[in-house]
Amino acid sequence: FRQSVRNLATKRIDKILIANRGEIACRVIRSAKKLAIKTVAVYSDVDRDSMHVKMADEAFHIGGAASADSYLRKDRILDVCKRTGAQAVHPGYGFLSENAEFADLLAENGVIFIGPSTEAILDMGIKSKSKHIMDEAGVPIIKGYHGDQQDDATLLAESRKIGFPVMLKAIMGGGGKGMRICMNEGEFQSQLDSARREALQGFGDDRMLVEKFVEDPRHVEVQVFGDNYGDAVYLYERDCSVQRRHQKVLEEAPAPGISWDTRRAIGEAAVRAAKAVNYSGAGTVEFIMDKHENFYFMEMNTRLQVEHPVSEMITGQDLVEWQIRVARGEKIPLKQEDIQLNGHSIEARVYAEDPENGFLPGAGKLVYLKNPEDDEHTRVETGVRTGDDVSQYYDPMIAKLVVWGNDRQEALDRLTEKLSDYHVVGLPTNLKFLKRCALSKDFQEINLDTGFIERNEADLIPKTMAPTNEAIVTSALIRSFREPLASTNPFDTLINWRSNMPTVEKFSFNALGETYEANMTSLGSNHFNVQVGGQNYDSRIVKKEHGFTVEINGVRAHVSHFEENNEFHLFTADGPVVLEIPKPKYSKLTEGGASDGDAVAPMTGTITQVMVKAGDTVAAGDILMTMVAMKMEHTIKAPKDGVIKQVIGIEGETVDRKALLVKYEE
Amino acid sequence: TFFISRVMLRRFGRVAAQTRSAVWQTQVDKNSDVFKENDASLRADVAQLRERVAEVSLGGGEKYTKLHKSRGKLLPRERIQRLIDPGSPFLELSQLAAYELYGDENVPCAGILTGIGRVNGTECVIVANDATVKGGSYYPMTVKKHLRAQEIAKENNLPCIYLVDSGGANLPRQADVFPEKDHFGRIFFNQANLSAEGIPQIAVVMGSCTAGGAYVPAMADESIIVKNQGTIFLGGPPLVQAATGEVISAEELGGADLHCAQSGVTDHYALDDEHALDLARNVVKNLNRKKTETSGRILDNKAPIYNPEELYGIVGTNLMRPYDVREVVARMFDNSEFDEFKAKFGDTLFCGFSTLFGNPVGIIGNNGVLFSESALKGTHFIELCCQRNIPLIFLQNITGFMVGREAEAGGIAKNGAKLVTAVACAKVPKITVLIGGSYGAGNYGMCGRAYSPRFLFMWPNSRISVMGGEQAATVLSTVTKNKLARAGQEFTPEMEQAIKEPIIERFEEEGSPYYSTARIWDDGVIDPVDTRNVMGLALSAALNKPIEKTRFGVFRM
Repeated sequence: FRQSVRNLATKRIDKILIANRGEIACRVIRSAKKLAIKTVAVYSDVDRDSMHVKMADEAFHIGGAASADSYLRKDRILDVCKRTGAQAVHPGYGFLSENAEFADLLAENGVIFIGPSTEAILDMGIKSKSKHIMDEAGVPIIKGYHGDQQDDATLLAESRKIGFPVMLKAIMGGGGKGMRICMNEGEFQSQLDSARREALQGFGDDRMLVEKFVEDPRHVEVQVFGDNYGDAVYLYERDCSVQRRHQKVLEEAPAPGISWDTRRAIGEAAVRAAKAVNYSGAGTVEFIMDKHENFYFMEMNTRLQVEHPVSEMITGQDLVEWQIRVARGEKIPLKQEDIQLNGHSIEARVYAEDPENGFLPGAGKLVYLKNPEDDEHTRVETGVRTGDDVSQYYDPMIAKLVVWGNDRQEALDRLTEKLSDYHVVGLPTNLKFLKRCALSKDFQEINLDTGFIERNEADLIPKTMAPTNEAIVTSALIRSFREPLASTNPFDTLINWRSNMPTVEKFSFNALGETYEANMTSLGSNHFNVQVGGQNYDSRIVKKEHGFTVEINGVRAHVSHFEENNEFHLFTADGPVVLEIPKPKYSKLTEGGASDGDAVAPMTGTITQVMVKAGDTVAAGDILMTMVAMKMEHTIKAPKDGVIKQVIGIEGETVDRKALLVKYEE
Repeated sequence: TFFISRVMLRRFGRVAAQTRSAVWQTQVDKNSDVFKENDASLRADVAQLRERVAEVSLGGGEKYTKLHKSRGKLLPRERIQRLIDPGSPFLELSQLAAYELYGDENVPCAGILTGIGRVNGTECVIVANDATVKGGSYYPMTVKKHLRAQEIAKENNLPCIYLVDSGGANLPRQADVFPEKDHFGRIFFNQANLSAEGIPQIAVVMGSCTAGGAYVPAMADESIIVKNQGTIFLGGPPLVQAATGEVISAEELGGADLHCAQSGVTDHYALDDEHALDLARNVVKNLNRKKTETSGRILDNKAPIYNPEELYGIVGTNLMRPYDVREVVARMFDNSEFDEFKAKFGDTLFCGFSTLFGNPVGIIGNNGVLFSESALKGTHFIELCCQRNIPLIFLQNITGFMVGREAEAGGIAKNGAKLVTAVACAKVPKITVLIGGSYGAGNYGMCGRAYSPRFLFMWPNSRISVMGGEQAATVLSTVTKNKLARAGQEFTPEMEQAIKEPIIERFEEEGSPYYSTARIWDDGVIDPVDTRNVMGLALSAALNKPIEKTRFGVFRM
């Protein structure tokens, strides 16, 4: 059967170029390898040693770090296709994935663009046009009135036509001004009057438009797949309601809590949408859904989306493989009735960003990175390894953590477990935030809508807490642990032994300005009494393949750690704990490094302006210099009053996180 | 090719050619009343030992400890812990030196800590003054302990690190610490001669080094001084004022700035104790020493299969009660294995080969009084060990050589002399542990202190004296009785008791391991269970010195 399908195909693909980077490039390469297709990677200056380059069979440098100089350079990518003989280009997501010109350019040069037709991209790229096409195709859309007739009666009549609740919006409006929601006809007049007053004041224009108001909307999208023979199927829907400023945080499939009727209806609507534009390849039709499971078309994304793995997990399909098959002219591998929904899948996007600091994106070196291990039900889609940089030039996503479970609860439990198993040092991450989202009552109980994060923000943003005594005990146990040596010499093997007296080994840690001390008395082989904060902890430690098993007062736990310089990172099931190992007092006077109170770079970035010089007297909070990191400007403020001894940072210089910038006089 | 076959032979030879020694099959009945009684009594002795060590480990007490710490100084044990490699063991010596020795004056640890620790991978002798004890001043036992540490450094080729924090000689006792050969001056004599032998001398000045004390850093190969804390001068400010009228602070007179920048008495400038100790670690790193010496093939290193805690029940505290020393050996050496030598000959002396932390050793242990055969066997065994570079371990539990006409006629004196000659001349490392009685010439034949074992340790149940108290009392009362009898006078039981009792009491007191260890007749009292560790560390230290060829004296035949 497959042979006959292949015979239908007119195109041969045995080498593809991936016009992307990071996890999606790696993910495409994996599927291509499965199909025995050779892969070509392209890379920018800063991606020379990155994972996708290493995984591909061939790799070509295409320009500078900025996307515009590399991953958006259509000409160079085409040139690499020609040089390598790649017959097709997979654009991934972002970059050129929805660029019609690029698709055209490839087509003109006889290279297959693994994606929909240029027409489909264009049709869906223009909102008003796509809405019109969807309306024609019988896909529910958000109805609205955008007319010039502005009398009250017309607006009321239009509102009735749309159906309450409706939203009144000032045509010139923005930022919520001149906007009112009318839940029912009764409050229409008063809301209209008030909206008009505000609009007139704010913009000098009180013209209104009316739109259907979707209360507490959920973001539900359908994975569709079309082929070049006019066929299209859906692979069920995803719920991506958990968003922060339009950035998806948690995505799951299927959308929990919706009826099978709705599921079928929304899937079929999405297929109608795809067919209406002769869609070929992988696409996503996004809807908003109200609590009564009414759904309305928002837009269609004509690419493979970031969150596609959850759809793969519940259908057992490889969408990249499907994309390649369809691109070379095959039919969709499965009929709609053969696409089974099995279990539940959730994806969490792990970002280098700091939830405690306004989700400030981080850039710089991943000093240590340990993913949860892939297994039957867990997929970690990543493009970085320990030692790689999260570049300020691109999206700071570290990975997608995708889990599957027989039902939603199982998937959710697995997700929270695997999030604790994700260890990152060097950059702030949203891991704790993701875990809090997953564990939050609303998420657990499927109270999902796009306001979820805003509503729960206070509970979701993790606050740095003082380390528990147990964390200090665990850290001391790990610090004291010494690998058994191959040596037979008792000076190697008799750890901490003393004649006729116990040895007390002391370990100190700093956190949040406090010093914590652990006094360890050996009670036998890897068995200790550890004293922290005046309390005794009967503790044991055993080395495991990854990390340690510790037992503290009869409670066993698996932990691991990472230590570099004087930072100690403890990873526990409750999340990471960061401790500082105090340096000896004298080192502050003898070493050139930063001592307490000197100004250091908060993250990797480029210094843009230096405001102080040696000898200046500054007060705490004065701006010392500015730097740009992750496309945002940061000010380096004086951490304390004093006289500047030395300014180390130079304008235009790129500095690492924690680099000493300004040194104070003693 | 020839080359390959040799390499392969060497590689496979090690595995294939190795035969195992026999694992000792224990005969000990752990349920017997004797075992239980022994166990309880020796455990009680060990508990007392630990109590005493806990007491002296507090140094000069709370008041002086507080004062010391308030100056930003670390306590001597903290200094040692910081100096040695993290997590490594420390073989402390003579913890109970000067214990109850100076009447009302309590001088814990003799005011000085000594021992062997590893610094940057190099085994070193560490000598640390305890300024909380009488200002770290030198009592006679302080001097003796310091000199003994230097002797250990010399005999075993171990670098010396002196953590100096001392007011110098204890003036009221100057007569007992200054003039003699083995008094204060010998410390500097040793420094010069140790240095001459290529044994590094490192001084860390963490407190005062006044007068004679000034020579410790001055005679060191490399020295470190702590700012605002360490001072070195021949005469302190009061003496200077008295002599020249010059009024000057200690820091100005002999502080770190002066000695590092002007006088050149010290080489490294430390900001505090931690800094000084880290600098000392660096100094050791730069000694460019590598320990290559082993006594031979390093074999498997397996702990004894029998629980060392059973030693308590086997040995007990009643020296009259016999036990098989092989049961003791089986709880100390690797995998409880040994190859006995001449098992059927002279069986009151056990001789056997075993390994200790993988190092081959020859063990000599007592299983009763020494007869001529036992002495000859021991001599033979010592000759074997010296021929083969195998260190010797002596486990002493000996009442002496056999007496009586038959024994004398059999030449016990010349045969005992052979053993004593062999013990005296043997140049392989010797380590002696007193596990029971150590009386008379038995002490000599079993490598007592006079026979320069590299290390000598005592168990808390052991006793050491020229003979047992009961025997000595009997000998003396018999002498008196005979004298009275010659004069025709009566010798009443009351008179006998009056003679015997004080002698027994005195021998009991003077024979105690605490009496001995207070006077540094040994290198420390140890818990029987720790013996394996102590001997292992001591042997490792001893092997820093290449083993010399032995040349025996004339054996009277």
